[in-house]
Amino acid sequence: MQSRDQPRGELCVPSPYRVVDRTVETADTVTLAIAPVDSLARAWEPGQFNMLWMPAVGEVPISISGGVGGGATGGDRGGDGTVLLHTIRAVGAVTRALCALEPGQTLGVRGPYGRGWDLDAASGRDVVIVGGGLGLAPLRPVVHETLRGRDRYGRLAFLAGARTPEDLLYMSELGQWRARTDLQTEVTVDAVPGREWRGDVGVVTTLLPRIPFDPGRVVALVCGPEVMMRFVAAELLRQGVAPGDIQVSLERTMQCAVGSCGHCQLGSSFICRDGPVVTWERVGAAMGVRER
Amino acid sequence: MTTRSIADLLRDVGTLRDLPPDLLAVVSGCGRNVHFDTGTTILREAEPADTFFAVRHGRVALELFAPGRGEVMIETIGPGGVLGWSWLFPPYRWHFDAVALEPVQAIAFDGACLRGKCDDDPRLGYELTRRFAATLIDRLQATRLRLLDVYGDGDAIP
Repeated sequence: MQSRDQPRGELCVPSPYRVVDRTVETADTVTLAIAPVDSLARAWEPGQFNMLWMPAVGEVPISISGGVGGGATGGDRGGDGTVLLHTIRAVGAVTRALCALEPGQTLGVRGPYGRGWDLDAASGRDVVIVGGGLGLAPLRPVVHETLRGRDRYGRLAFLAGARTPEDLLYMSELGQWRARTDLQTEVTVDAVPGREWRGDVGVVTTLLPRIPFDPGRVVALVCGPEVMMRFVAAELLRQGVAPGDIQVSLERTMQCAVGSCGHCQLGSSFICRDGPVVTWERVGAAMGVRER
Repeated sequence: MTTRSIADLLRDVGTLRDLPPDLLAVVSGCGRNVHFDTGTTILREAEPADTFFAVRHGRVALELFAPGRGEVMIETIGPGGVLGWSWLFPPYRWHFDAVALEPVQAIAFDGACLRGKCDDDPRLGYELTRRFAATLIDRLQATRLRLLDVYGDGDAIP
């Protein structure tokens, strides 16, 4: 998606964007709605990411977690002029600066980059979407996209995991999804005091046996911490899902975002260019390599 | 509406699925359908473990009472899951409380009776031990994964 209609040089120059809305998701995570200051937002696909730049602080890759507007295509397969949503967790200098932005303030944006979720591969099949922690962010638009084209798919399930109920993203949307009969939504957390919590307690892998999918005709879309994705992939493989039918979204230290610098290299893949969404068939072995 | 037999219902329970027919007959003969209202304490820590349950509908919380923190929900068991393995291993006492988080339908098995049958028939004993051990391994692995605190920010850089 990144380079056919965009000159390579343009891809490396940030455009100014303005924060138009800011939603506090959890104690350390916010969703920024941003709009281009003097240009049109570029079209994007679920699973792609942008490089967000805070002048004098630094630049980080952040998945696109949705859009607002976008005309006939809705907000999650964005067209020109859409407002983009990025969900950001404050874990370092750049992300702390981004999370502190208020409506009206500006930042630099370049992108979108990379390959998103291959939903064409899921057409006519069951779809199991598994997210953990901040991994829900790049999955949010794919849930919207599959619901918008609901007739294209068989059974549809969304499994979400987090450390505590307070760490769950998009709580109101999760509630809406849980109320739907055409989407099986299961939510689990690692531990919780008291009995107020109405979801499950345990790791997200324990939810998989509950999902009645056909291992021979399912596509799994997985995003979360790498360890979580390894365990989810292992469970899916154990249930008979083919490695090529498991798509994972990887987070590596993308810097150039155009496959030049090699910072995000995993095996023979440059995650910024060949990913961030890749099949387990492609990266499973490389993810087992012990890096430090 | 047709009523499914216990043996038929066990097809939905991972731990007991696809038992050989003769063993399925023995196990299902020790089971009966039960219902628990929301908030019912199904098991209590340290009490004798002479039963186990296959959850059909609803969710059960495993809890541990911690002084100063109250009840801490350790894990939930949902449809298709098995509640209770302490009936199979000494000292045959529950390690946690189990509470119905919502209306629960389950099959209750007479674990004490099954223990006796396992002693009489090593093939049944081996089959049940093997299956419950697999379930235990799954839960151990899940617990280890939680120990990693994978959703923490320890490895985050930016």
